[in-house]
Amino acid sequence: MFTSLMGWVDARFPATKMWKEHLAEYYAPKNFNFWYFFGSLALLVLVLQIVTGIFLTMNYKPDAAQAFASVEYIMRDVEWGWLIRYMHSTGASAFFIVVYLHMFRGLIYGSYKQPRELVWIFGMLIYLALMAEAFMGYLLPWGQMSYWGAQVIISLFGAIPFIGEQLALWIRGDFVVADATLNRFFAFHVIAVPLVILGLVVAHIIALHEVGSNNPDGVEIKKNKDKNGIPLDGIPFHPYYSVKDIVGVIVFLFIFSLVLFYMPEMGGWFLEDANFIPADPLKTPLHIAPVWYFTPFYAILRAVPSIAGSAFPGVVAMGLSIVFLFLLPWLDRSPVKSIRYRGVYFKTALALFVISFIGLGFLGTQPVTPLYTLLARIFSVIYFAFFILMPIYTKLDTDKPVPERVTFK
Amino acid sequence: MRTLIYALFIGLMSVASAQVMAAADGIHLDKVEIDLSDKASLQRGAKTFMNYCLSCHQASYMRYNRMGKDLGMTDQQVKDNLMLASDKIGDTMTIAMRAQDAQKWFGVVPPDLSVIARAKGTDYLYTYLRTFYLDPTKPMGTNNLAFKDVGMPHVLWEQQGYKQRNEHGQLETASKGSLSTSDYNNVVADLVNFLAYIAEPTKIERVALGKWVLLYLIIFFLIAYPMKKAFWRDIH
Repeated sequence: MFTSLMGWVDARFPATKMWKEHLAEYYAPKNFNFWYFFGSLALLVLVLQIVTGIFLTMNYKPDAAQAFASVEYIMRDVEWGWLIRYMHSTGASAFFIVVYLHMFRGLIYGSYKQPRELVWIFGMLIYLALMAEAFMGYLLPWGQMSYWGAQVIISLFGAIPFIGEQLALWIRGDFVVADATLNRFFAFHVIAVPLVILGLVVAHIIALHEVGSNNPDGVEIKKNKDKNGIPLDGIPFHPYYSVKDIVGVIVFLFIFSLVLFYMPEMGGWFLEDANFIPADPLKTPLHIAPVWYFTPFYAILRAVPSIAGSAFPGVVAMGLSIVFLFLLPWLDRSPVKSIRYRGVYFKTALALFVISFIGLGFLGTQPVTPLYTLLARIFSVIYFAFFILMPIYTKLDTDKPVPERVTFK
Repeated sequence: MRTLIYALFIGLMSVASAQVMAAADGIHLDKVEIDLSDKASLQRGAKTFMNYCLSCHQASYMRYNRMGKDLGMTDQQVKDNLMLASDKIGDTMTIAMRAQDAQKWFGVVPPDLSVIARAKGTDYLYTYLRTFYLDPTKPMGTNNLAFKDVGMPHVLWEQQGYKQRNEHGQLETASKGSLSTSDYNNVVADLVNFLAYIAEPTKIERVALGKWVLLYLIIFFLIAYPMKKAFWRDIH
C-alpha cells in the first residue's frame, strides 16, 4: 500500500530520490565531533523562531502607540503568550550563539576552503541576513533600547558622504525613528528577511550536499571509495547522524530551557533592563549599547577615529570587518584544512583572533573610556591583521602531514 | 585545540559577569529579598500600592482579577479591599489623572509601574523608596539619594517620617513617622515584592513549569543516548 503510494508520488515528484540524496544516502564523515552539532541546531532554532514568530504576530501590534503594550499583553493576557515570547527572545540570542559556534567550527577545520567556498559564502549571507533580521526584530518591542539602538544604527548610514542624510531619512521614513519605521521593520522582520534566510539555507545545504561535508581531520572522504562508490569513511546521515543530532538537540534544549524558565533576561544580556521602559523619543538613555551579538562590530565602529567630525571611517571599518569574512576562502593559502595539522602561525593567529573578537564584544557593551578605546583599537588591529596577513602566515606555516583517512580523536 | 576551547569559554564567562557590574551606576543599593510565593507579603504590598501609588501612577497592563487569583483572593475580596480606582474586576489598574495635568503638577508624567521592577531592579526600588530627604530647594520639598531631583514627593512620609542629610551626606531622622525603621523597611519590602509580582505575573507559573520541562528532557535523553550508542556500535 505504502510502496504503491510512494510509487505514485515518485512518478510525479522526486520524494524518495530527495530522501536518499539528502538523508538516507548522504554520506557524512564518521568522525564528526562536538563542533558538528551546531549546523542542525541552527536549523532547529530557525524553525523555532519562525513558529513562535507566527504566534507572536497574532497578538503583536506594529503601531508606535500600541507596540509596547501589546508585548505586555502577550506576556500577561494571551494564553501561553509568555512562553512563546520568551522562546522567541531567548531563541534570538541562542541563534547567534549557535551560529557563532558553527562559524568557529568552519574556521578551525577549514570548512570554507576549496571546494566549499560557496557553502561558506551562502553561510555568510545567512549570517548577514540574520543580523538584519535581529536588528529589525529588536525594534518591535518598542522599548527604550529598541528605539535608541535603531536610532544609532540607522544614523550610521547618515555618516556616508553626500547621500548619507537622505539615505537615513529614506530608511526611517521619518526624521526620527517613528511609527513609519516600526511598520516597515515589522514587514521586513516577519516576511521579507525570513524568506531570504529560508532561500539561503536551502542553497547552503544544497551546496554542502553537492561537495560533501568536511570533518575534523580536513580529509576529503570522497578520495577513498569502496567498489560501490561509497566513501570508506562515510556513514549515511540517516540514521547515524539523525540519532546523534537528537542527543545534541536534547542537550541544547536543556540549556535553552534553563535560560527560558529561570533567567529569561539572562542578567540583562538577552532582554535589556532599559527595554522595559517604553520608547521615548525625547529621553536619550545614558548608555546605549546594541544587544550582545552585535557588540564586536559596534566596538570596531567606535574604535576608529572620526575624520573631520564624520564617523564614516568607523562605518567603513565595520563593513570591512564583515567583508573580510567573506574573503576567507581566498585569503587562506595553506594546503591543510584542519587545525589539527596546521602550524604554529595559524594556531597563534586564530587564538589572537578569538581573543580580539570576544574582547571587542565585551568593549562594545561598555561606555567609552580612554583605556577601553585603546584596547578596542588594539583588538581591531588584531582582528583585521588576522585576515590581511593570512595569505602570508598560512603560506609560511610549517603544517604537519595530513593522514590519508579520517581518525577518531 | 583544547586550550582554544578553554580560552573561548573563559572569555565568554568573563563577559557574562560584566553586565552585573555595569548595572550598579555608582549608587549603593540596599538588597531586598523577593519572594513571590509569600502571598501575605504580596497582599500587604498590594494594599500599600492601591492606597499610595495608584493615584498618580498606573499599572495599566495589570488586571485586578488576575492579581486576585494569583494572590489567593476572591473577586469580592479584591473589590471590597483593593479596588479603589475602578469598578470592573476585569479592569486594568488605571487612574483618572490626565497626563497633561500630571505634567503640570509634577513636571513629569508619573511612569506606569507595570514593569518598573524589571526596568529599574527591585534593589533600586527598595533603596529609592527609603531614601527621600528634606531639600528646601526642590518644589516638593524633598529629594532622593537614589534618584536625584526626582519629581515625586515623599508619599510615605506619614510612615517613615522625614530624613535630612548630615554633613557627611548620610541620612538622619528629622521627624519621626508612625512606623519604626524596621517596620517601615518591611512595608517597603512588601511593596517592592508586589511591584516585582506585577512586573511579571507569569513568573510563578514559568518557574513552576521549568522543572517539568527539564525532567522531560532528562527522560528523553535517557532514551535517546542509548539509542545513539546502539546505532553507532559498529562504527569505528
